[in-house]
Amino acid sequence: MSAAGGQRRAVRLDKHPILEVRRADPFAFFFQDEELVAYPGETIASALFAHGIRVFGHHPRDGAPQGIFCANGQCAQCLVLADGRPVKACLTLVRPGMRVAPLDGLPQPPPPPERLDFRAIEELAVEALVIGGGPAGMSAAVELGKLGVKTLLVDDKHRLGGKLLLQTHRFFGSRDAVYAGTRGVAIAERLAAEVHAQRTVEVWLQSPALAVFSDQRVGVLREGRRYVLVRPRVLVVATGARERSLVFPGDTLPGVYGAGAFQTLVNRDLVRAATRLFVVGGGNVGLIAAYHALQAGIEVVGLCEALPECTGYKVHRDKLARLGVPIYTSHTVVAAHGERHVEAITIAQVDEKFRPIPGTEKTFPCDTILIAVGLDPVDEFYRKAREFGIPAFAAGDAQEIAEASAAIFTGRIAGRQAAQALGYAVDIPPEWAKTAEILKSKPGRVHPLPPPPELPLFPVLHCVQEIPCDPCAAVCPLGLIHVDPGDIRRPPRFTGERACSGCGRCVAFCPGLAITLVDFRKDPDHPVVTVPWEFGADSLAPGTEVLVVDREGKVLGAGAVVGLAQVPGADRTLLVRVRVPKGWALQAAGIRLPQGERAPIPPLPLPEADEAIVCRCERVKAREIRALIRQGVRDLNELKAVTRAGMGACGGKTCRNLILRLFREEGVPLEEVTDFVGRPLFLEVPLGAFAGMEEP
Amino acid sequence: MSYDVVVIGAGSVGTPAAFYLAREGLKVLVLDRLPSPGQGSNKAAIGGVRATHSDPAKIRLGLRTIAILTRFREEFGREVEWRPGGYVFVAYRPEEERILKELVALQRSFGLNIRWCEADELLRVVPDLNPQGLRGGTYSPEDGHCSPLLLCHAYYELAKGEGAEFRFREEVVGMEVRAGRVQAVRTDKGRYPTALVLNAAGAWAAQIGKLLGVEHPVYPDCHEAGITEPVAHFLDPMIVDIRPGPGSANCYFHQLATGQIAFCLTPEPPILGEDRRETSAFLPQVARRIIQVVPRLAGIRVRRTWRGLYPMTPDGLPLVGWVEAVRGYLVAIGLCGQGVMLGPALGELLARLVLGTPLPEDQIVLRNLSPERSFARAEVLR
Repeated sequence: MSAAGGQRRAVRLDKHPILEVRRADPFAFFFQDEELVAYPGETIASALFAHGIRVFGHHPRDGAPQGIFCANGQCAQCLVLADGRPVKACLTLVRPGMRVAPLDGLPQPPPPPERLDFRAIEELAVEALVIGGGPAGMSAAVELGKLGVKTLLVDDKHRLGGKLLLQTHRFFGSRDAVYAGTRGVAIAERLAAEVHAQRTVEVWLQSPALAVFSDQRVGVLREGRRYVLVRPRVLVVATGARERSLVFPGDTLPGVYGAGAFQTLVNRDLVRAATRLFVVGGGNVGLIAAYHALQAGIEVVGLCEALPECTGYKVHRDKLARLGVPIYTSHTVVAAHGERHVEAITIAQVDEKFRPIPGTEKTFPCDTILIAVGLDPVDEFYRKAREFGIPAFAAGDAQEIAEASAAIFTGRIAGRQAAQALGYAVDIPPEWAKTAEILKSKPGRVHPLPPPPELPLFPVLHCVQEIPCDPCAAVCPLGLIHVDPGDIRRPPRFTGERACSGCGRCVAFCPGLAITLVDFRKDPDHPVVTVPWEFGADSLAPGTEVLVVDREGKVLGAGAVVGLAQVPGADRTLLVRVRVPKGWALQAAGIRLPQGERAPIPPLPLPEADEAIVCRCERVKAREIRALIRQGVRDLNELKAVTRAGMGACGGKTCRNLILRLFREEGVPLEEVTDFVGRPLFLEVPLGAFAGMEEP
Repeated sequence: MSYDVVVIGAGSVGTPAAFYLAREGLKVLVLDRLPSPGQGSNKAAIGGVRATHSDPAKIRLGLRTIAILTRFREEFGREVEWRPGGYVFVAYRPEEERILKELVALQRSFGLNIRWCEADELLRVVPDLNPQGLRGGTYSPEDGHCSPLLLCHAYYELAKGEGAEFRFREEVVGMEVRAGRVQAVRTDKGRYPTALVLNAAGAWAAQIGKLLGVEHPVYPDCHEAGITEPVAHFLDPMIVDIRPGPGSANCYFHQLATGQIAFCLTPEPPILGEDRRETSAFLPQVARRIIQVVPRLAGIRVRRTWRGLYPMTPDGLPLVGWVEAVRGYLVAIGLCGQGVMLGPALGELLARLVLGTPLPEDQIVLRNLSPERSFARAEVLR
């Protein structure tokens, strides 16, 4: 059997309802001597996925199939051999003629270089170093640039934007402060243009920061090959977040990914990375990833959340529910099934202590499971810098996990703080801190829908939960929608002071797709309801019968499409007009096309829970860790010495939380547990780079 | 509750000593201020074990440790990843060729299995050595390497199995001495009566000595080390290059049983003190040194670096034995970064010493490593 295994389908996206699909001329590369097609700019991982190849090799310790997990260069599960060298498939661009082979067992050491050409390691002094070119880092760099601060911005990816590049949805937050109502991908472009417009800001892409040293230098691998020591006077750490994981049998099967990894493949690389998907986690990340999957034509079999309610914004949850995605609250994953790849998931209901209740298991066939159970700040550089006395400021998720809108703002603040630390006379407006706090806030109370105005034409604001968002108020040309400017978390209100013109801008720009327009003018008994739609115009020709659903996805009945419209500047959001019976007018919040129900199959037998892998780099099982905890081990470093958990490529970044969770499950207070010792390097880099060799 | 022996330090020396003492039926308590065994300098070691020293005491201890490691799995049922891959000291200049050839003659006179290899023969032992300018080197096939972490932990489990008690996160703050004799050890958490204290506190040994009013000439010196990703096996011996380089006196590296390359260098001038924070100087220094010797290393990726402390002494030899000033006070300190390779043999010897049953061949060790010696002479090659 080939390493690819299973069935192979061509799965590049040819079109996308939101993203423009542009590909340059294809070229050939090889996987196991088979000629395959790739496009410029694709990573090896995406090019393999595009051919349905998801098993990239086998683990040297137990032969377990390996593939994509983080898609972010943080783990090493996607290692392949490219022209004989082991590389991370998620970070390495595929080149014409490249020969890619699965990595089965340990790689041979690469052949020696032809010449030993050691160059001195360059040292570069800058005023400010910004690590991370996502929303926070770009915003910080812009602030620094505006003040003329000599700034270096480094980022490990090929493009500025960070995770904004994966966000096809419109952003929440404040339109004035953080471009709310605009799609993340578009915000990335705007911010990147602002960064590039700053004369004193230099940008190094594909340049991961590797370590902050006690002699106040920061090691950076410039453009992936030249090691440089940067000596900044201040440091802004905007390194974002890493995804949390869960321990369950089958947790390392190819097909189990972090939600961010999945969005990278689908939204950045335009590969249909799954056919049938199940999402674990009902926070914003999971809810949004599920929606993105639907936009890419992937079936979402369901979403589970361990808490009694989804923790993400209700508007995100409702969007999914309206599209018919079943949401299982108070449920968690108990197993991923499959030999070489995910074939099914079993979830179960949980008790008040989040333990699965036997007998409540439900099994669903699926080929992909997304884990979206929260994020942790990537704050190693920040902590080291503080320890070593470098003035440092964290921004965005590296400071505190929150929405990207908040990251833009905390980035600006960090940029100004860094400037102040350098002695520049610049103020930080006191209201910035308040805005940042508002943008970071978690979803709040749900309010009842206010009574409708006595008008023939008006918007219905299905936005009833307190979240920081105001584009609807900003886009109404008549100023008829009010959001408290002092606290944009308050739900919007239609004032009804004047007649609504029915322009549809509020419907088109609402990031939550939570506004409809109700129009009784033509036929008071059969009003026309306008709903937003982000799935393209296909199959919605006038006359098409669709299911009309209420805010939370309950089917009201069938309705007929009477027209499609687009609002200028609304970036591919369509307005669909549907005629409905009068009684549904206020309830109708969305439409969906009729589809088959996907009921669970009879539960599959559950593997032993403690056979789950905790440390995926070194293949350490929950059983081994629990046994040591029960023997009295209270030091993660001792666990590491004995089991190798945390010794692998990722340096404990993935398993640390999982191990701590096992301690909690075993009833050990975490105050008794000694943490791993944090050590450089952040990423694995060839020794030759440190000897001043280029492309060793 | 009183103990026959209180061992201070659950590291490369204290942990095996605890096992061999407890195996003799002694009631042993091990105290360590860190949270678990081997968290001081043991875990910073890269695991080289050799008998090819130039001092007869260390030679004896090295040979004995190798014998213990060779039978470790068989005798104790535990894996410590012992690999007898040998040691190779390379010579690329006439200076090192001369030093190494003189040393080989001395080492052979002690009966050690080591020989000088001309370049072509050495390249058969290590095909990936840089042939450019290679003059030859020494090869001692019976030396090898093991996992310091697994070795320390194996002794920890074995010691517990023999009834030794371990108390972690406990710092020794005082010692009670009456009429010149040890009475008890006091920590920040308790008091432990004992007639016998073994100082195995590694880099912190001098601080323990001070509690008894004894000055030990042991001072920590910081080395930095690193490890790569694992690759398929291609390198058998530990490679040592004693050429001085900018900022370093030598470098050494080997491939672990699990495939990673572990590497280290000796800073010159030494970095004295306990600072173990990472420096930007280390990787550029060590990378060009070791790639110069084995060019194939250039493409292997570094995974992590760390620093560890070498408890140094004025003559480069450990201090082992009874301290005359205080009765009941035994030391096994100043291992100069060789705790892993000497610890197991020392553990056995310390048990014999406590029981009063030393072997005749222990005498040379106890004489050469006596804590009461004058520190006038230095070992030819440490």
